[in-house]
Formats: sequence, structure tokens, C-alpha cells
Amino acid sequence: MHMADALLAPAVAATMYVASGTAAGVSIHKLKKDDDAQKLPTMAVTAALVFAGQMINYTIPGTGSSGHMCGGMLLSALLGPQAGFLSMIVILAIQCLFFADGGLMALGANVWNMAFYGCFVGYYLIWRPMMHSRWFAGMGAKAGQRARIIAASVIGCVVTLQLGAFSVVLETSLSGITELPFGAFMALMQPIHLAIGLVEGLITAAVLTFVYESRPELLREADMTDGAVSAKRSLKATIVILAAVALVVGGGLSLLASENPDGLEWALFGNSDAGYAENMGLDEDDFGVESRAADTAAAIQEKTAFLPDYAFANSDTPAGTSVSGVVGAAMVAAVAVLICLAGGFFRKKRAAAAK
Amino acid sequence: MNKMEKALRELSEMDELAAHASPVHGLCPTAKLLTAIAYILTVVSFNKYDLSGLSVMLLYPVLLFQVSGIPVRTCFYKLRIVLPLVMAVGLFNPIFDRAPMLTLGTVVVSGGVVSMLSLMLKGLLCLMVSFLLMATTPIDALCAALRRLHVPGMLVTLLLLTYRYVGVMTEELAVMTDAYHLRAPGQKGIHISAWGSFLGQLLLRSMDRAQELYSSMLLRGYHEHFHYVDFKPFTFSDGLYTVGCTAAFLLLRFVNVAQALGGLIVR
Repeated sequence: MHMADALLAPAVAATMYVASGTAAGVSIHKLKKDDDAQKLPTMAVTAALVFAGQMINYTIPGTGSSGHMCGGMLLSALLGPQAGFLSMIVILAIQCLFFADGGLMALGANVWNMAFYGCFVGYYLIWRPMMHSRWFAGMGAKAGQRARIIAASVIGCVVTLQLGAFSVVLETSLSGITELPFGAFMALMQPIHLAIGLVEGLITAAVLTFVYESRPELLREADMTDGAVSAKRSLKATIVILAAVALVVGGGLSLLASENPDGLEWALFGNSDAGYAENMGLDEDDFGVESRAADTAAAIQEKTAFLPDYAFANSDTPAGTSVSGVVGAAMVAAVAVLICLAGGFFRKKRAAAAK
Repeated sequence: MNKMEKALRELSEMDELAAHASPVHGLCPTAKLLTAIAYILTVVSFNKYDLSGLSVMLLYPVLLFQVSGIPVRTCFYKLRIVLPLVMAVGLFNPIFDRAPMLTLGTVVVSGGVVSMLSLMLKGLLCLMVSFLLMATTPIDALCAALRRLHVPGMLVTLLLLTYRYVGVMTEELAVMTDAYHLRAPGQKGIHISAWGSFLGQLLLRSMDRAQELYSSMLLRGYHEHFHYVDFKPFTFSDGLYTVGCTAAFLLLRFVNVAQALGGLIVR
């Protein structure tokens, strides 16, 4: 899900930098206020471990394929959302700087898509409420807690990955990079990430349950008291409910995307007047808006124009359209080759002089 | 060699490249960082059909590769990560955008093909420049540059510390993975029964070690932030380099040099 620099327009990249930067600033402020800065080595070690752990192949039973771990939920469950967020930023920065996974300018967007949702949304909306809930209380204190950890991890990973995938689609589309209609792009991304999220959730759950069983005090919000609660629910029923909730919550976005893309498009673009859409830089033709007005407009356009109004109509923007552009590019390539030859020549000369 | 050993090799390769000496290595890291950002911003701001204007931007990384003596091969090896997603997004352009853009003899090139090619070229250019930045700048110099640019000290220290431990952790996990596979031959990955304990055990050990580590840091006089020694000052020539390069990028962005050059020959 790492976005490359080429997939983002500067304005979108800058917006995402501001958003992620604000979240980072607030996190740092909170950590300093709580005097949690002393956790720095713990954060660094855990971040490094998650970085390396992402390379482990986990065999998915019954299939030939393997899954990987997602870091956001794991880090925020261990370190808390703020420290987890900062650790994820650092992991993404190292991936971008040393492994070319992502890009310098896309870092803001990547942090938002992968760290913000995983750490803040995953923690405050899923992990913490579920840890404090009475779910699975009938299974006994410890088993119930374990079930809550598994449920929170799976739901958390699925939901945050869906949000992340949705953001990737939104950012790419707003950047005007792809001609792929918004709905089709979503229908492509969301279901894939539903499957990935489920597997990642299960792996995260396995690691967190292990930690809970050996060192429960390391987990955030995990209840260690023996709260005997008298809610009766069989294990089988809870698993069924769990699976249903995970599928409904996670699948909701995917289904919305794949079966009824128009609904979402309408929500995003259809009810905005033309001026708004233009201000946002959204080309209604590109997004394939389905509304009565758009349909009539499209019908008229189909009758009047043989070709859709692409940029080649106005001659000033696409400067690379003429033959001289092609010839010029070839000349640039020749200059590049000359630079390489000159570089090689000087290096050889220097090597000879060194001898 | 497993995945983690490959990652370790990649990391040490970058460290070795950054330790070379060349005019590019000698520049102040702040200047290099700012120039790289200016370059990437310029490249991505090109119109998606402006392939010829974009092609001129290739000259800057080519020049840097030659002056710094960094092998291009290492950079292209990293392309395997960036290109698939860029291509996945770009590949649909020729299908959806069939408006003819350019006629070369009898071959008609559609707008979609041009925008796909320019997207791929943008991906390549951005990758080359950020690779060159990291291949000519050691991580502590980069962190010092980030501090100078007022990135919060906590984040920078965390980056530096994490980078140090990434090597240790990856090595540890590489050994563990090898050991696991030797004991479980024929398995492709980690079996579901060991999903939690495999990483969990290392996690518990490491978090305990981190506590000791912090105590030892305190004993050696650590107080909130690091002091960066051997930091290259931002000299006049560094400023000249940054401003000059940025001006050149802007010029290439607004004046299509390729078009002008071609215009000299073809009319």
C-alpha cells in the first residue's frame, strides 16, 4: 500500500504532510506532557522489531500463500497510540529512505494511510472500547480477555486497512494520475485489502495473545483483574458473532465499492454543483458521475463531439505533443549518454593517476 | 539467503555508498535534502502529457550519478518495489484514454500511452533522486539536517535509534527464520501454531532489553537529545548549489527545452 511519489500531485502530497505532521506534533506534545519521552528506546526497539517482523512469511493454513503482519495495531496496543504513531512514522521513513518503498514526498500520505488509521482510529475507536467492553465476558475473565484481544485485532486491522485503501484511491484520484474511474479503482482496491486485513488481523492477534499470556502488563488497556461477569454466551456463538461483525464492518466498504460505486460517487461528487467540482480539481467525466444532469450532458456531448474533450484541444498545455518534442527528448537522451561517457572517462583517468 | 538477509545487505550497501568521498558527498546534507525535495516537487508537478518536458529532468540525476560515482545498478534494483504499483495505476490509462495525441508516421500514440509513460518516468526520476540523496548522505548527517530544519528532536532521535536497531533486529530474525526452517523442512513460512510465539518471544526479550538500554543511556549522560558532532556547516557554496539547482528545475519546468532543441532540427 506504499504510494510512490509519482502517484501524488504536489498539492495532495502537501495536504497529507500537513495532516500527518499535525498528528505527529500532537503526539509528541502528548508524550512530552506525560513524560513518556523516556520510552524512546522502547519505541525504537519495538519499531525496529516490527520493521523486521514485516518480512516474516506466515503460512495461511489451507492455502499455498503467506501473509504478513501489519504494524499499526500491534504498536499502538503495546506502546499506546501516540508512541505507536511515531514509531510507525519512523518505520515508514526508513522503508522510504533505504528501500525505496514509498517516496520522500509521498511520506505524508503513507503515514496517514498506514499509521494514522492503524494507530489512532484502531486504538481509540476499536482497541480501547473493546478492551473495556463486556464482550465475551461469559467465557471467564482470561478467556474473555483473549477473545476480546483477537476480536479487536482482527476488526481493527480490517477496518484500518479498508480506510487506508480508500485513502489511497482518494489521493490518487484527486491527484488526477489515473484514468481509471473512481468506482472501478475502489472496487479493485477494497476487496483485496479486505483479505489482506483479515490475515494481518489474525497474525497481530496471535502475537498480542502471546504477549497477553506471558506479560499482560505490557498490553495497553488490557484488564488484568478477575472481573467475574455473569453474561452467558457460548464460545461457538461468540465466534459466530465475531466473524459476522468483522465481515459486516470490513466488508461494508468493499461491497459499497464493488456493487454500488455510484452511491459513493454521488455522495462525493454528484451532489456538488459544477463550480465546487471544478474547484476541487475533479473532472466529472473522469469520475463517471451518474446523475440525471450528467447523463443529459453526456448524451448531448456524445451527439456533438466525436472525441471527448481531452487536453489536446487546447494547444498550450500538452507541450509534448509535437514531433519536435520527440526529437528534443531524443537529444536529451544523447546528452545524458554523453554525460555518462564523460563521467566514465574522468573516472578511468583518475584511477590511472592513482596507480 | 532469506528476505531479511537481503534487506541487511541492502542496508549495509547504502551505508557503504554513503561513506564514499565525492563532490556530492561533500555537500551539506541540508542542501542535498532541500534540493531533492525541490526536484521531486518539480517532477511531479509536470502535466501528465508533457513527456518531452519531463525527459529533460533526467539530466540532473544522470549528472549526479556520474559526479558521485554511485553505481546505477543498485538504484535499479530498488525499482522492483516502486514500479509495480505505479504501473498498476498507469496501465489503465491507455485503456481509458484513447484520444490520439501524436502521429509518428503511421503510428498513432494515444494520450493514455503518453500519460502512462510520463507516470513511469516520474516514478523513476523520483526514485533516482531520493536514492542518490541516501547513497551520498550518512543517516546521522541526514538526521542532523532534519534537526536543522526544525523537525522535532524526539522524532529525529527515534529515527536514528530505530535505524540502529533495525540492523540488530533484522539479523536476529534472519537467524531465527533460518533456524525455524532447518527444524521444519518443506514449510514455506511460519506455521499457524507458531504465529504468536515466533515474533512474541523476541518482542518480550527486546522490550526488556530496551529498558536496560535506557538506563545505560542515562548513566552515560543522555539527556533528551543527541548532540551531532562532525556536522558539515551550510556554507555559501551549499546555498549556491541549492538556489542554482532549484532555479534550474523551475526553468526546465516552465520552458520546454526538449521542444526547443527539437525545434532547431524539425520544423
